[in-house]
Amino acid sequence: MKPKGWRELPLGGVILEAGNAVEFKTGGWRAFRPVWNEENCIQCLFCWLYCPDMAVIVNDGKMEGFNYEYCKGCGICALECPGRKGQKAIVMIEEGK
Amino acid sequence: MGRIVAVTGNDAVAEALRQIEPDVCAAYPITPQTDLMQRFANFVSDGKVQTELVLVESEHSAMSACIGASAAGGRVATATCGPGLALMWEMLFVASGLRLPIIMPVVNRALSAPINIHGDHSDAMGARDSGWIQLWSENAQEAYDNTIQAFRIGEHMDVRLPVMICMDGFIISHSIERIEYLEDKEVKDFIGEFKPLNPFLDIEHPKSIGPLILPDLYHEFKRAQHEAMTKVKDVVLTVAEDFEKLSGRRYGLFDPYRLQDAEIAIVILNSAAGTSKDVIDEFRGRGVKAGLLKPRLFRPFPYEEVAQALRHLKAVAVLDRADSFGGYGPLFTEVASSLYPLREKPIMINKIYGLGGRDFMPQHAEVVINELVEITKRGRIETIKEYIGVRE
Repeated sequence: MKPKGWRELPLGGVILEAGNAVEFKTGGWRAFRPVWNEENCIQCLFCWLYCPDMAVIVNDGKMEGFNYEYCKGCGICALECPGRKGQKAIVMIEEGK
Repeated sequence: MGRIVAVTGNDAVAEALRQIEPDVCAAYPITPQTDLMQRFANFVSDGKVQTELVLVESEHSAMSACIGASAAGGRVATATCGPGLALMWEMLFVASGLRLPIIMPVVNRALSAPINIHGDHSDAMGARDSGWIQLWSENAQEAYDNTIQAFRIGEHMDVRLPVMICMDGFIISHSIERIEYLEDKEVKDFIGEFKPLNPFLDIEHPKSIGPLILPDLYHEFKRAQHEAMTKVKDVVLTVAEDFEKLSGRRYGLFDPYRLQDAEIAIVILNSAAGTSKDVIDEFRGRGVKAGLLKPRLFRPFPYEEVAQALRHLKAVAVLDRADSFGGYGPLFTEVASSLYPLREKPIMINKIYGLGGRDFMPQHAEVVINELVEITKRGRIETIKEYIGVRE
């Protein structure tokens, strides 16, 4: 998309299109990536509850993975994950490794 | 025909606000503005206006509430002065950056320290670069007239910027003068219905106001803001023309007084211009070709027009009721910038006068005009910037 020139901008920086934050992909900020290990998941949905960016994909009440277009890699999900028998269902892996 | 009354500057501006009847007014008291807003609060309490008056806990909050109300889609006004305006400083830039036409009489007052509540232009000069339009007023009549015109100017669709209407603390705000008020209906018809632009409360069209704008777009938004300022001069003149038809009182970008055939002139803002005009008349009586230029629109500053008005002079004294410590007075730098592009230009001097409400007396103007006469004889100057009316 061509960046807008000064004549094309709405007055005063108002955003006229509701909900367009969805177009702002923040996944590129991530240095660590959460990885879901289904075997250790008890479907408590703590990850979904704590995620500040709604980047945990849930269908029919079940955790199904992450939306990496928005996940900033904050690691809260991995921290809160109780896992099963001491084994985390979410671990953080360094990007590029 | 309107009513002729004897009232203070604060009374006159409060009356203008009553006639305009903004949707929202958020304010905090500060001397010498206090009784302006107090009188307006009386109108609210007495049911004379339907304005929502929000009494906040500081001037920072007053401007914040005005910004919210204006973004919501209302016609909004407040008033302040001196340190109150200084406390608003952060929010002034938000109001102009969001392009909200908030109207604010500023009763010019000195800044601390030392603490001083009297007339001085340091407050509004400090807000010079805040992106607000500034109209300056010599007397209560001009403050009243400028307040009414400010709504038309700021709300114009080519402009959409906030406006300060400046008048001198105590000298004008608390002195009783003869004023001609317009009829309520005349004022209402003149300013017209408020037309909101992208109002927050239009819930059919949800929007976000005041988002983070990073280096990829900020520069463009400021360029657009600059563009709006370039439209102001024409709008000010059109509004003044309509206002003259209504009131018979003529306004321009500045007030030239006996300037056309003058050889020397004083440039001075607000109430001290009145005193200076009397002195100019005396000197004219003695055959000295003196004139005066009193700026009205200080932001945006009409550089080309001021240059045209002053270019034929031999010497000009710019008198500032504010100092930029370590620099020339703020009015001097603007007038000097106006004249700089000219090949032939007048010699210029800068006098700092009347700080903290020190009276500007006719003899102060006399000293300055005599110095200008000397300068034209000698063709050179000793000191560019000097304090006058100061005890050694």
